[in-house]
Amino acid sequence: MKDEVGIPLIVNGTPCQVSAGPGRRLSQVLREDLGLRGTKVGCDAGDCGACSVLMDGAVTCACLMPVAQAAGRAVETVEALGPGGPDALQRAFLRHGAAQCGICTPGMLMAATALIRRSPAPTRAEVEEALGGVLCRCTGYARIVDAVMDVAGAASGPVPGRGAAVGASVERLDGVPKVLGTERFGADEVPEGALLVRAVRSPHAHAGFHFGDLAAWSARHGVEVFTAADIPGDNRFSVIPAFADQPALADGVARMRGEAVAVVAGAPEVIEALEFGDFPVTWEPREALEDACAAQGDGVARIHADRAGNVLIKGHVRTGDPLGALDGAAHVVAREIETGWVEHAYIEPEAGVAWMEGDVLNIRACTQAPVMDRDDTARVLGLPPGRVRIRPAATGGGFGAKLDLSLQPLIGLVTLKTGRPARMVFTRRESMAATTKRHPARMRARIGADAGGRLCGMWFDGDFDTGAYASWGPTVAVRVPVHASGPYKVPHYRAEARAVHTNGPVAGAFRGFGVPQAAILQETMFDELADAVGLDRLEFRRVNALRDGQASVCGQVLQGVGIAACLEALQEEWRAGSARVAAFNAKGGDMRRGLGVASCWYGCGNTALPNPSTIRIGVTPAGAVRLHQGAMDIGQGANTVIAQIAADALGLPVHALELVDADTAQTPDCGKTSASRQTVVTGNAALRAGQALRARILALTNMGDGARLALENGTLVVSDGARRAVVEPARLSVGPLGYVLVAEETYDPPTQALDENGQGAPYAVYGYGAQMAELEVDTRLGTVRVLRMVAAHDLGRVINPQLAEGQIEGGIAQGLGLALMEEYVPGRTDNLHDYLIPTVGDMPEIRSILIEVPDPEGPMGAKGLGEHVLIPTAPAILNAIRHACGARITRLPARPDRVLAAIREAES
Amino acid sequence: MGIYHRPCNLEDALWVLAGGGVTIAAGCTDLFAATDAPELAGPVLDITALDALRGVQATAEGWRIGAATPWAEIARAPLPGGFDMLRAAAREVGSVQIQNAATVAGNLCNASPAADGVPALLALEAEVELASVRGRRRVRLEDFLTGVRQTALAGDEMVLAVHVPRHGADGQSRFLKLGARRYMVISIAMVAVRVVLTQDRIDRAAIAVGACSPVARRLPAVEAALAGLPLARAAGAVDAAAIGAALDPITDMRAGAGYRGAAAGELVRRALREIAGGAS
Repeated sequence: MKDEVGIPLIVNGTPCQVSAGPGRRLSQVLREDLGLRGTKVGCDAGDCGACSVLMDGAVTCACLMPVAQAAGRAVETVEALGPGGPDALQRAFLRHGAAQCGICTPGMLMAATALIRRSPAPTRAEVEEALGGVLCRCTGYARIVDAVMDVAGAASGPVPGRGAAVGASVERLDGVPKVLGTERFGADEVPEGALLVRAVRSPHAHAGFHFGDLAAWSARHGVEVFTAADIPGDNRFSVIPAFADQPALADGVARMRGEAVAVVAGAPEVIEALEFGDFPVTWEPREALEDACAAQGDGVARIHADRAGNVLIKGHVRTGDPLGALDGAAHVVAREIETGWVEHAYIEPEAGVAWMEGDVLNIRACTQAPVMDRDDTARVLGLPPGRVRIRPAATGGGFGAKLDLSLQPLIGLVTLKTGRPARMVFTRRESMAATTKRHPARMRARIGADAGGRLCGMWFDGDFDTGAYASWGPTVAVRVPVHASGPYKVPHYRAEARAVHTNGPVAGAFRGFGVPQAAILQETMFDELADAVGLDRLEFRRVNALRDGQASVCGQVLQGVGIAACLEALQEEWRAGSARVAAFNAKGGDMRRGLGVASCWYGCGNTALPNPSTIRIGVTPAGAVRLHQGAMDIGQGANTVIAQIAADALGLPVHALELVDADTAQTPDCGKTSASRQTVVTGNAALRAGQALRARILALTNMGDGARLALENGTLVVSDGARRAVVEPARLSVGPLGYVLVAEETYDPPTQALDENGQGAPYAVYGYGAQMAELEVDTRLGTVRVLRMVAAHDLGRVINPQLAEGQIEGGIAQGLGLALMEEYVPGRTDNLHDYLIPTVGDMPEIRSILIEVPDPEGPMGAKGLGEHVLIPTAPAILNAIRHACGARITRLPARPDRVLAAIREAES
Repeated sequence: MGIYHRPCNLEDALWVLAGGGVTIAAGCTDLFAATDAPELAGPVLDITALDALRGVQATAEGWRIGAATPWAEIARAPLPGGFDMLRAAAREVGSVQIQNAATVAGNLCNASPAADGVPALLALEAEVELASVRGRRRVRLEDFLTGVRQTALAGDEMVLAVHVPRHGADGQSRFLKLGARRYMVISIAMVAVRVVLTQDRIDRAAIAVGACSPVARRLPAVEAALAGLPLARAAGAVDAAAIGAALDPITDMRAGAGYRGAAAGELVRRALREIAGGAS
């Protein structure tokens, strides 16, 4: 068999011939040749299962099969399911909230379909076996398993009437395309004639470099090459403009492994076949700074000339007399803990396309922050922001790393220079090597309590390795000292966190901005303090929990504080769990069970900085009500939650709203999807916009506050029982935005700057939570199996219980990974088989308890949740490990060998 | 892109091989995982259309597993108790998706120290049948695997089958794999243990450990020490130090070397205990 012979395939029942190299990945043929882009590619290595298809009914990874092997066999993709709309399994996914970002959904559906055909009513164990080969980073798997087990069910989510959307488990409004596989992610839109773009990246952590004869190389290969010299604007960007230091293409020196130094663009078939072995670049490797403590030493070379001691920034909070308080404390615990790089590992690697429309550069890529993308891309490319339009693709997970620019300036540069559409899809290796990580932290603390168990003082110090460039290092350094006390009353306190440059990967935002690392130290130390005092560990936390009217370590007097309610909600589970664990351990043996608890708090939105959101709602002449919702939904559910708030504020059913997505030319700025801010900040804007539009409609009809709104046949009907008025949009004049009635409202959370001691009001709203872990340690192998988690989170007001529980389960999965298995090693773990994230078989049973202690500032009392849910998991697990077997973990993750070593140490 | 051969008969395949310079492709789960390219770099010899290379059959002297038999087929095959460890290992090769594609010979030829199939095949006394236009030969699996990513395969040879002699499948067996997560995990350590009993005493034992040395190893001294012991006492009699001494583990991001050696000893004990529990 030779190249380019037609290969006969039977895809979804239809015979076809494809003209492709026989050795081409089936996934490529399905997606690029046949346009069946429901099959997703997450790793090209069989590690994630996103590309799962059925081959003669058996599930296999399409990325690992040469198309020649599929010849004559029956291939089934997600497009085969429910062609007339969602089938029973897809309906079950919607009903259970099993799809969050949706990128793993087609793979999950195909793996589950293979199971259901042979076992129509599968057991939980069968489902876990069947789904073990598909990774999901959003859901924690619980809802996916529930959905598969409920494939025979028929119910649908609620369709609430006017005023009843908030609090209802509405199925996600953007869910159908996710389960059908028609959702268009970054790699799924390919303009005609698009050039393919690949980056040449540094193999060294630190190296000077210079190019040879680029013109000759590009002529020989028939491609175009662009380097820093081609960048028309200011070749540096950062999520925080004041710290802009990262070049889109490195200029003469690469400061980290994986840094792009050139892009190569050309016809797809040419570019994908290129090998960069002969690319004319000469590297001069330099000594790399690998350690954040050593990097601060005297005489150490600076990675950035203007940053002395390689310290990017120090964050600082001080109140009272911490050293004096520790001196006077009855019990003091001092500890150190070290955490490593953690990779976001969303299943969708960065991908997108750029093209010109007139003189406007359009970019469609996965993102968490469209307006920031626009402004930074414009800066790099030397364009006014108005000449860059970001039209976000569906985003297959983000968790913080898709806040930063990745490929936007690269494809933008190619399109600007060539005038042609340009497309780039990161490989998994590239995604892991080049994008941000969670900050590795080396933290030390001393915490003291009085004889009765009241906290009296805390001293915290942490070095956070921010890698080669600033990214969110400043945010981490500022957030950590504010939060390192945990949600407790600590009268005397001093905390400092330093973001320090090394030649490691850029560390940026990852669900919690450094707070999860700090909580690991503080919450594990609390267990030792509780033991020293002689108090039950849950009771110790309850006694010290912040209460309404008390001041935080920043001196901010708080209201709507829900931590005590969360801890109290765990009390019954804690007692029952303690009894279960004690009964199990009484039997003796190598398996020991343990129980642990930990708390969290987290301020929603930017730290003492403006972060407004603007929501627009308009009524069209045809009587449609459109919600311009610019908060990126990366799976967490903003599209649904913001609509629920807006609908209730306006007084129309949520399903009556039409959604207009984020688009920098169409939809007002809702800021970035980060810092658990969208429900609070964009939610408040939606509340105000809904109320404002309602007020306009009521004013138009001269109706009072209690009047009811309805959409009927393209008209707005307003009634108050006594009177009924009809607004006919078609008869009203159309404004410049195309609406006959429109409201646009902005909300910026009121905060107060921090002074030199970190005193002020950094956040308008905080959320709280506490989690309990029950687990089993194999004391001869050091392996840990988490059996059960109970998570009590105070959301202030629950907008959508199902989405909230999905966030909790997903956060616990990531927290479990952080605690037990996730450790990124540059150059060593740039794939999803050396870098491990939890599979369906690693997840415990999870019970969520949703607490509502209304926040005076949050929309309808609501608080943020997105990061909170991850923070307590790792410390609760570590506390349970220590409870089970005495092992105190000082370096994460708690790999089996480290746990076993800690057990031996505890025994000796 | 290069030439892609997918012959339907073995002779053609061997002549392609004899021409030199081709990469043999079967399940492709290692070949594709090693590249970011959308297409296998050629020239490729795809052996999945060779019917003779597929399936598990009983033969006069034991069992023959065709080289290109996917692990899923091995997991389902009706085989005697000595094969339980191999069937269990088959269910631990990557994921269900991988097991439907990845082949037994691919696992051997890839020659990873952590190849899931190797310890059980060692403990089954497996031999590898190789073919070229020059002829056929059989080598013991121990001799076939020569180092990390190294085999005794000559440039013009391919694996035709794995043979398990009748005596190799005697007795009862267990496979235990230790990794840092439940599914799709590269082993920190793994063991395959098979015992043949006379009454309740161990007549002979076959023990192999993977991921703790450049190539998975049989542990003859440990096996010999078990001979004659009552099965119920075997786990307790395992000399963990002897197991550690017989291995040559590395330290990597999955675990330290010392831990690996200790874990291997514990896994051997547990496998014996499980066999004893299952037999009672």
